[in-house]
Amino acid sequence: MIDVREVDFTYGDHKVLHNVSLQMPPRAVTAFIGPSGCGKTTLLRCINRMNDLVDGSRISKGAIHVEGIDINSPGLDVVDLRRRVGMVFQKSNPFPKSIYENIAYGLRVAGVKKRSRIDEAVEKSLRSAALWDEIKDRLDTNAYGLSGGQQQRLCIARALAVEPEVVLMDEPCSALDPIATAKIEELIQALKTQYTIVIVTHNMQQAGRVSDLTAFFYLGKLIEFGPTVKIFTNPGEKQTEDYITGRFG
Amino acid sequence: MVAASSNSRRSFVQTFMFWTFRLATYFVLACATCIFLDIAIKGSRTVFTNHAPFINVKFLTEPPQTLYVFDYQGKKMELSDREFRKWQETHKEPVDATSIAYSAGGIWPCIVGTALLVIGSMIVALVIGISAAIYLSEYSRDAHFIRFIRVAILNLAGVPSIVFGLFGFGLFVIYFGWNVSLIAGWFTLGLMILPAIIIASEESLRAVPKGLREGSLALGATSWQTIRKNVLPYAMPGILTSSILGIARVAGETAPIMFTAAYAMRDEMPWQVTKWTDFFFQGVMALPYHIYVVSSKIPQNEYTERVQYGTAFVFLVVVMLIALASIVLRERQRRRLSW
Repeated sequence: MIDVREVDFTYGDHKVLHNVSLQMPPRAVTAFIGPSGCGKTTLLRCINRMNDLVDGSRISKGAIHVEGIDINSPGLDVVDLRRRVGMVFQKSNPFPKSIYENIAYGLRVAGVKKRSRIDEAVEKSLRSAALWDEIKDRLDTNAYGLSGGQQQRLCIARALAVEPEVVLMDEPCSALDPIATAKIEELIQALKTQYTIVIVTHNMQQAGRVSDLTAFFYLGKLIEFGPTVKIFTNPGEKQTEDYITGRFG
Repeated sequence: MVAASSNSRRSFVQTFMFWTFRLATYFVLACATCIFLDIAIKGSRTVFTNHAPFINVKFLTEPPQTLYVFDYQGKKMELSDREFRKWQETHKEPVDATSIAYSAGGIWPCIVGTALLVIGSMIVALVIGISAAIYLSEYSRDAHFIRFIRVAILNLAGVPSIVFGLFGFGLFVIYFGWNVSLIAGWFTLGLMILPAIIIASEESLRAVPKGLREGSLALGATSWQTIRKNVLPYAMPGILTSSILGIARVAGETAPIMFTAAYAMRDEMPWQVTKWTDFFFQGVMALPYHIYVVSSKIPQNEYTERVQYGTAFVFLVVVMLIALASIVLRERQRRRLSW
């Protein structure tokens, strides 16, 4: 359960999120949709505090709780938070290492040394990401030799290897062809039985296909949040309807 | 016919400028070739021999000695210090020998000294420089402060090397009491090339894609783990490239070491020390300083020219070899870690 309560977010003097509140239930897929610059990626990156890397940005009001823990409380260990809240990026970013080392990375930085345990985690997470059968014979080759779609699934597998509770996905298919996209969407469907998934997407059909809940953002405000079926068939707000039917955005 | 005349004028200017630039390039090339050929030809007379093994092994493996030149029974003798003493033992008669300092023997201690100075000062400069670059590119946040530091670094880069020499003399040799020593030379030379190393390291660090940092942090790595495992290894080839230039400069500078690390003459080799700590606190001979000494501190004649050009030639080759080694190292790293 991710609980966002009355959050304002600012970059310097520029406010990009206005009083956003929503609850994302566990083991379900929540999609953030909206036109570019509406703040959906910013909110996503608040959940694992990736915005810490951006100078002069901060949550100026409100709080975000993940499983009941305030993630911005001073005593919180951000490294621990990021282990529990994994992230997949828009541009697939495998490390220039072997496939095996890519998956093992998260375990190694967590201090896992035992080879057998890492082997096991590599196989398990590659199977979860539906990549094992394709690449099991070349785990020692450089991850850059994989296709774009495989690289993105490798990044998903890498995030799963540290056994997070939540997986955040920032437009994971935006650079992929339709077949690779379909594979990732299938994967998301399979993963939601175990993980809480939040996905940012520009593609409304994708939101309709993969998500259980949809949040529509516009100009930094949460316009509407509800079950995907309702948002797409019977939106409560005029702006949502206009966006979904393609009148703007 | 206004158009026609302006056309011919234009083409004249075109040709003229083209040839100006071209000749300027040729001029530079010609100067470089002349210098290099002059040193290589005159130097190879000392370094190579016309009988097996074709390399003057003595010149490369012996310390410098005084040369004694004299006539004996109508024959002209050229003997090094050691040979001359042995000769005197057997001949027992006084001869009127001219002694010429440094012109016999070889330059082995200078080669060793230069190598030690280069290695040590590169370690000093890389450790401090990379650390500072990591701080500037990965940790520091205050833009004004960084700009101030960057201006300070650029200013440091413009300081003449003799000033670094005096600074090193004042701080390391006198104030720290290290005397004329390897360690004083390491720090003086290291400080001298620090700006170049910092600037280039920072650029290489910034060239590592942001996605690699974010990907690592998102997996629960700390900043330091991210830098150590996922940023620094990929920045290393670039850092090494910049240090190649640093190596050539460190090896070549005379001014910073003449007060801090270099001896004109020393009989012991650097490893002939009684205590291992003495290793750091001994002065060494060095190729550039040796060239300086043999070409300006002793009377010139036909015998000194041999050692001057020989040393200069060996010096060029040594610098080239070190640069080549770093290029090979860099290429190997680059091939291993490309994105």
